[in-house]
Amino acid sequence: MIEFSDDVNIHTVLTHFRVTAEDLQKVLHEALSKGGDYADLYFEHTINSSISLRDGEVNRTSSNIDYGVGVRVVVGEQTGYAYVENTALSDMLRAARTAAGIAHTPKQSNPVNITETHFPNYYKVSKSWEDVSVNEKKSFIERLNARIFEMDPRVIKATVSLNHSTSYILFFNSEGILSWDYRPMAIMYGGCTMEQDGKIENGFASRAYRKGFDFLNDDLIETLARESVSQTALMFDAVKPKGGEMPVVMGAGGSGILLHEAIGHAFEADFNRKNVSIFSDSLGKSICNSNINVVDDGTIEFARGAINFDDEGIESQKTYIVRNGVLESYLHDRISANYYGVKPTGNGRRQSFRHVPMPRMRVTYMESGNMTNEEMIASVKQGVYVDNFSNGQVQIGAGDFTFYVKTGYLIENGKLTQPIKDINIIGNGPKALADIMMVGNNLKIDESSWTCGKDGQSVPVGQGLPSVLVSKLTVGGE
Amino acid sequence: MNLITDQYKSIAQWAMDIALKNGCSSSRVSLTVANNNSFEYRNSQLDKLHQSSENKLYIELYVDGRYGTLSTNRLEKSELEPFIKNGIASTRFLAPDLCRQLPDMARCYKSDNDEDLDLFDATFFDYSVDQKLELAKATVEEIYGTDERIVSVVSSYDDGCGAEYMVASNGFEGEIQDTAFSLTSEVALKTAGDARPESYWYDSKLYWSDLEKEGISKRAFKRALQKLGQTKIRSGKYNLILDNTVSMKLLSPLISAMYGSAIQQKSTFLLDRLGDKIVSDRLTVTDNPHLKRSFGSRWYDGEGVATKDQVLIDKGVLNTYFIDTYNALKLNVLPTIASPSIIKLEHGTRNHTQLLELMHHGIWVTGFNGGNTNSTTGDFSFGIEGFWVENGIATTPISEMNITGNILDLWNNLVEVGNDPLSLNASRQIPSLLFENVSFSGL
Repeated sequence: MIEFSDDVNIHTVLTHFRVTAEDLQKVLHEALSKGGDYADLYFEHTINSSISLRDGEVNRTSSNIDYGVGVRVVVGEQTGYAYVENTALSDMLRAARTAAGIAHTPKQSNPVNITETHFPNYYKVSKSWEDVSVNEKKSFIERLNARIFEMDPRVIKATVSLNHSTSYILFFNSEGILSWDYRPMAIMYGGCTMEQDGKIENGFASRAYRKGFDFLNDDLIETLARESVSQTALMFDAVKPKGGEMPVVMGAGGSGILLHEAIGHAFEADFNRKNVSIFSDSLGKSICNSNINVVDDGTIEFARGAINFDDEGIESQKTYIVRNGVLESYLHDRISANYYGVKPTGNGRRQSFRHVPMPRMRVTYMESGNMTNEEMIASVKQGVYVDNFSNGQVQIGAGDFTFYVKTGYLIENGKLTQPIKDINIIGNGPKALADIMMVGNNLKIDESSWTCGKDGQSVPVGQGLPSVLVSKLTVGGE
Repeated sequence: MNLITDQYKSIAQWAMDIALKNGCSSSRVSLTVANNNSFEYRNSQLDKLHQSSENKLYIELYVDGRYGTLSTNRLEKSELEPFIKNGIASTRFLAPDLCRQLPDMARCYKSDNDEDLDLFDATFFDYSVDQKLELAKATVEEIYGTDERIVSVVSSYDDGCGAEYMVASNGFEGEIQDTAFSLTSEVALKTAGDARPESYWYDSKLYWSDLEKEGISKRAFKRALQKLGQTKIRSGKYNLILDNTVSMKLLSPLISAMYGSAIQQKSTFLLDRLGDKIVSDRLTVTDNPHLKRSFGSRWYDGEGVATKDQVLIDKGVLNTYFIDTYNALKLNVLPTIASPSIIKLEHGTRNHTQLLELMHHGIWVTGFNGGNTNSTTGDFSFGIEGFWVENGIATTPISEMNITGNILDLWNNLVEVGNDPLSLNASRQIPSLLFENVSFSGL
């Protein structure tokens, strides 16, 4: 398999998709035949494989191929979209005519000149997944299973899976930008079920990166085994807190889910240009403590949320969304950037060629402050400390967000005491942001396999946080 | 008309033959096709049009007691043949798993019963793009501009038709096709402050003529208005009425816990509970796979096994698990069905208003916001919104609260089942429900 790396030329890429430069120009010309301010073509060939272990044996494998091209036409804020699952010129032209249906001002235009555009590569692969046999992957899966059982005699079941995918992307738009990308992704899960005194609990851990075969190593296996076993073991002693409003210390790492749900989605500019976000009138205003900076970054090497360029041909970047407590920028796609008269921020992403791009997060995190984790815990008389989550959600207009805590601890008189588990925490975005009283000096980007869902589309993302103290959130409990 | 053409059937059969000729002892192949259209209006103009047609081939390989699957949307034989051969070669690296088998043909659906389940509207292709656009536009115009509190109205008309052809080396052959039409409206409001309370309403039907074409936005607007002034109240144990629009949310964990794979992996709170009284005797749940003109209706499950009416939970007693062929062999029990089709709750006699009167005081939950269930223990915690009910009347709208507990405890506290499932052609027909003594956290 070839890699669409820097040394691959345009002819190799076009050949991969069985198209010519002239084909691209013809399809784009057709897409703009009824008018339209902008059009683009998004070619994708994704190969996805998984291999999994159950009951001690590596006994299931699956492979999937997805291939097609999406044609988009934009008129102001309006979008026409169609896709086909092959790249025969006649079928692509048919899709272009369908997408063109959004426009109604036919005009003559010349074919768009092609400008090859290259971007920095944040996920260069040394050994592609397509060059690795099932046998080479199998031993890592078996070792993770063995380590999970070795770590605790209470383990009665383990499940392990490895998923990896490679996406070949070719992009061309009416500005003449022609780019290509080779996007790897690897995820490994380790889950365990444990039994103690007739009670059964289970838990899991995952890691995900844009990496090739070098993703698999001894450290990864050890980390996943330790995390899944320790999280599960903790649950046997866990209780549910007494529910209600209380201070919450969010431990560094996965607590980035607070940013993702409480403000990240509401900062996506499509919700704001449509005037349905609770932050629609907050641009340029102070929204939290002035020592808080929040970033959405697509340039972290090998991160699950990294992208070389977004799915609209905009270079990836590190975007400050909150600087010194002020809402500095929304997360833009081309449509919203045009609406607000600003430059796109490289957040126009899509799940696949079947979907239109829209503003999406990449890796969202808060920069470190100057408090220690211990100082924050010590400042709380009665509350909870949480650092392990499974899912979250937000209502963009009302601002109410939630996240589900798998495990954490009670804080009593400034100390962590009993473990807690399986509780939902709910808050309101602007209020929670304003209620962040302390920011830790320990930023950690969580490397679990976070996936963000919006309007029926899923994209890989990352999130991170230093420890923070939120003075008041509503904690589920009995 | 048949969406699955003879050409599609021959590709699926050819793929199965290639698998068998290259080392598979058995194989099952599914070919799906789909056409979808979506037209979205936002305020006064068309915002998005989206059209697509697609197909997919899914191949299950049983190779010397080993199991692998393949799927692709590339249907050219020149690409399929090496893809299948490579898949077989990869599968050979796995450990044998002798429980991977096709179901006994005696359990499978026989296509000699071809009674129509009325899932396909033959008029699907008769409606013009202009008609569909007009429907979406008219839905927005029902309310846009009629009230200064409205900041956004988005309506979407969506339709689709799809089909699946399945063939297996044990002799099974089946074909199913359906249509779907839906109309949705989302309304956002703004009054004082920065919040923009929003709500939605929709209708979804298998037949164009059944689709509600008026009143969708009006209903969404009414639901959004009801959210104005939401607040949270003191934490405590309250009675709960679960609205029929969201009542499946708390039944789902109970249904998920009945799957064979969860039983086999010991990761369900219903492990070893078959035949036990697990919840209140007010709860009777049935699977009704052959309801005509209903979403989810089918003659066979994902393995080709014939579906049949069955009682899942009978007056609180757990009557069955969902055991497919693989998990039956792993567990050394008889298989049942891989998954349920159309789930119904045995109705009570009270309508929603009468349930509110019966509850007298408590919280009427109309929506969920996040949360989850621990599938091994049944512990749950969900964000909720709804209304405080006093003397049988909804008074204060509430939000930003959680309910927390254990699913079996919750269903043991079921007091009354309403008579008002939202739709009689949905795959989940669950009325409003009244529970007592549920933990709410708020202030």
